[in-house]
Amino acid sequence: MTTVPSPTDVDPAGPAPTGAGAGRARIDDGDAAGLGRWRATGFVAPALLVVAVFLVFPAIWTLYLGLTNWRLTGLAAAEPEFVGTENYTDALSDPAFRNSLLLTLAFVFFSAIVGQSILGFALAWTARRLRPAVRSVLETVVLLAWIIPASVVAFLWLALLDRREGTLNALLGTDGTAWLLEYPMQSIIVFNIWNGTAFSMLLFSSALASVPPSQFETARMAGAGTFATLRDVVLPNIRGHILTNTLLITLWTFNVFAPYLITAGGPQGRTEILGIYIYRVALRDGALGEGAALSLIMIIINLIVASVYLRLLRERRP
Amino acid sequence: MRLNTGLGATAGLLATALVLAACGSDDDGGGSAGGDPSQNADATEVTLTITDNAIAGGKNSEGAAWITDYVIPEFTAMQEAKGVDVTIEFEENGVDDEDYKTKIALDLQSGAGGDIISIDGIWTGEFAEAGYIAPLTDIAGDAVEEWDGWEQIPEAVQQAMTFDDQAYGIPVGTDGRVIYFNKELFAQAGLPEDWQPTSWEEILEAARALKQLDGVTPLQVNAGVPMGEATTMQGFLPLLAGTGEQIWADDTWTGATDGVTEVLDFYGQVYGEEELGDPLLQQEAQGRDTSFQLFASGQVGMLIEGDYFWRSVINPDEGIAPMANRDEVVGWAKIPAREPGAGLNGQDFVSMSGGTGRVINPNTEFPQQAWELLTFMNSPEAFEAMISIGGARITPRDDVNAEALAGDPLMSFIAEEVLPITAYRPALALYPQVSVALQNATAAVASGTSAEDAATAYQSELEGIVGDDGSIAD
Amino acid sequence: MTVRAALGVVGRYVFAGFVFVFFALPLLWLLSAPFDTAPSVQVSLPDFTLENFRTLWDNPYAMRSLGNSVLIAAGTMAITLVLAALASYALSRVRIPGRDTLLYLLLLLSSIVTGTAAMVPTFLLMTELGLIDRQLGVVLVLTGGLLPTAIFILKDFMDSTPRSYEESARVFGASSLQILRHVVVPIARPGLATIAVWAVVQVWGNFLVPFILLRSPDRQPAAVVMFTFYTEGGQPNLALISTFSLLFSIPVVLMYLFVNRRYGFRFHGGIKR
Repeated sequence: MTTVPSPTDVDPAGPAPTGAGAGRARIDDGDAAGLGRWRATGFVAPALLVVAVFLVFPAIWTLYLGLTNWRLTGLAAAEPEFVGTENYTDALSDPAFRNSLLLTLAFVFFSAIVGQSILGFALAWTARRLRPAVRSVLETVVLLAWIIPASVVAFLWLALLDRREGTLNALLGTDGTAWLLEYPMQSIIVFNIWNGTAFSMLLFSSALASVPPSQFETARMAGAGTFATLRDVVLPNIRGHILTNTLLITLWTFNVFAPYLITAGGPQGRTEILGIYIYRVALRDGALGEGAALSLIMIIINLIVASVYLRLLRERRP
Repeated sequence: MRLNTGLGATAGLLATALVLAACGSDDDGGGSAGGDPSQNADATEVTLTITDNAIAGGKNSEGAAWITDYVIPEFTAMQEAKGVDVTIEFEENGVDDEDYKTKIALDLQSGAGGDIISIDGIWTGEFAEAGYIAPLTDIAGDAVEEWDGWEQIPEAVQQAMTFDDQAYGIPVGTDGRVIYFNKELFAQAGLPEDWQPTSWEEILEAARALKQLDGVTPLQVNAGVPMGEATTMQGFLPLLAGTGEQIWADDTWTGATDGVTEVLDFYGQVYGEEELGDPLLQQEAQGRDTSFQLFASGQVGMLIEGDYFWRSVINPDEGIAPMANRDEVVGWAKIPAREPGAGLNGQDFVSMSGGTGRVINPNTEFPQQAWELLTFMNSPEAFEAMISIGGARITPRDDVNAEALAGDPLMSFIAEEVLPITAYRPALALYPQVSVALQNATAAVASGTSAEDAATAYQSELEGIVGDDGSIAD
Repeated sequence: MTVRAALGVVGRYVFAGFVFVFFALPLLWLLSAPFDTAPSVQVSLPDFTLENFRTLWDNPYAMRSLGNSVLIAAGTMAITLVLAALASYALSRVRIPGRDTLLYLLLLLSSIVTGTAAMVPTFLLMTELGLIDRQLGVVLVLTGGLLPTAIFILKDFMDSTPRSYEESARVFGASSLQILRHVVVPIARPGLATIAVWAVVQVWGNFLVPFILLRSPDRQPAAVVMFTFYTEGGQPNLALISTFSLLFSIPVVLMYLFVNRRYGFRFHGGIKR
């Protein structure tokens, strides 16, 4: 990495702003490779075809089912009836749904936006300057938390937080503390940070890796401290990645189901986040139509959240 | 340009999806009552598929071994002797029951699926209403009535696979619930080794005696939502039977009746101030697993469970919470009615049973051969082979039970003493939701709500499920 | 080394130490339970045995399912990576009105398809296409679900790569595909590596899609076989589950280490000069 920075390193217009904002004027539209519309279409077509057949088609079918009283079994399976928006009004008027929505917002905010993003970035930032062996071990252990399937992860956390002989109680000397019953929400938030940080870490590692080293060099020579470097060099370069990361982990955390295996949504619905609520409605109670309707409600909430993110990131742009 | 094409394609797909979804219900076998029973009856080349929630090396591996090692070779040989070339395929699953149910429901809905399918008896109603399964006589014709096996299967056991007075399948097995207790702990608490309570009060008295022992939870009677159906089957319903009531009787659901309130009050006594049970355990996601572990390690005095507990949980050889000294330490007793004579049909003792069975896929190409295979799998020889492969099981057949269970004291106890007094859940599509409502009620009581309030809340939840048009008795 | 720099080093390693403990602590169970004769949900010194590994070795489906997992994961990853790279490159370089909105909408739709409700339409679709009980069907459904996210992430990386090389390459007469392959892909490597690891992880733990779409247990991946280690009453056989989890984790960790070393997130600057 001791190469001489070439003049092409820094895009004359600065790093390209990215993100999901629509219709903004931007400088990355220069067709440098000379793709042209038709060839570009050819590049996009295969992906679009697969997405259309295996994603859009079943998804829209599902949304249609959300307008029916359809169930997997029973009379409503044989002859589903069109019920219009009944599923939506049912869901919105269910106090359990509103409770679940509030829990989910807290869950997403603390475990994903605050927890996973910050810890993930801190890890990516710190790991760059650790000894390679240490770095590998650290990254592997974070990654393990992410790849082990939820069914197993649940046992790991039950063993950690068990009331009788849990590892945590043994370490802290707090014998008999039922963490999952006394601090249920806190427990699943910490759990989700543990479970999902790896993605943010990976994404930010890659993002940091794509910051031109010459810029770090410049900052170092100018005597900038860590904070100044982060603000002036890193942030402008990875703004798009931050937005992507936040959008994705928000969306995923809205759908998270794994805490069900640890708390079963309890005690008394205190950890019944949306993923669990939908599972209860769609599978335990068998109302698949209503489950589909809930998915759409969740998507709309995500759209709202996403537009807030966009606004926040746009305002901060110099 | 590209975007327009994309949107156009999307719109086209949407239209197709709507059309497909709209007509899906018409041609997907909804309400199909089976085809022609004599279809392919004389075929000489036959392929049949058995679908079961069993897999070699995993869940119900004995059942899987029985099918591959006994059923398939024996039946193939039998048919070969008749000049019919039968190929039997075995579709193994071995996953969570709900996932299995989803998969076979999808299969049946799309007109696919094995020819012989194992289902839980409790699904019979919802599958029948959805048109996924059909009465056996509609599929295989007169041969069904003529089968000599029916008379060996008690009426009550047959009920497990019956819906609207028609048999949709043949039961494979049944079970029964008892109170297991730890004789060592009983001795320490000064209780008799051959304990048999005759009222709820005597259970509570024993629990109070056990409460004096250090580090022992006297009684585990399942409560709460995380335990799911185990709360209903091992807790609420046997207790309700002990008050002389059933959850579904005379075409109505049971609301906040005296019996329901009494049962909830019993829960209140167990999990209330006296703490004869561990209320926190009922709220834990893996509470049931933990309760098994605790019983196995001598920290729970009494526990209500089915014979499954004996066979698969504390079994010293293959159990998941093995008890090396199970045969010496573990005792069992029948579940008493609230007081002698107060139980269902005026009984002194009560129990609840579930059952699994096998149905024939209404879309089978070979109805006669499928029926023949089904009866073969329910023949006394087949059950005997199953027991010799997988250990003692309570079969639906009296003739088999009488001989095959002799070697296992608990299993023969359940077959002889419990099955005659047991009751079954209604195989209705609404039952699972009612069951959840019952679980909610027990959860409320276990965490301090009064029995009356919990009963009232249950009543209104029940009205939300079944409507309040007189289909609830109170 | 200044005091400040030294403090920085100490701070880094203390932070790394804490994070390590936080992430490693729950994993302890995976180190004790597989070697225990009768594990429960607690970490304890095992009553040592290797019997659990032998049982799994003898299981007709366990080892094979790991191979199936590798096959399905590798297939999904490869198709996702190729299609997403092509699409994100084109979307990054050619201006199409509303592309970001469209992409985000697809992303949102992909969250529906992970749910159970969508399993029914998916199942019926695959039945019509004759892709039931074929691993290709599983790969395609999973790819469809992963593509929007993959394109979404990759487009960021494509956006932040400089265009000057492409212009030079074009001057020398390289075709668009050649430019993508020899110029853009090497630059976007950290991003591609992220997508590769992410895609494998998503597929690796997925239970519902393969379970619903595959019939014969011979073809099922490990995530499905894992669920067979329960009793008829739904109680987990912790000895087999913990042991299998351990085996189940190894391929992904190896893959991560390989990808990390080979294509690394370690480049100091994605631009290799």
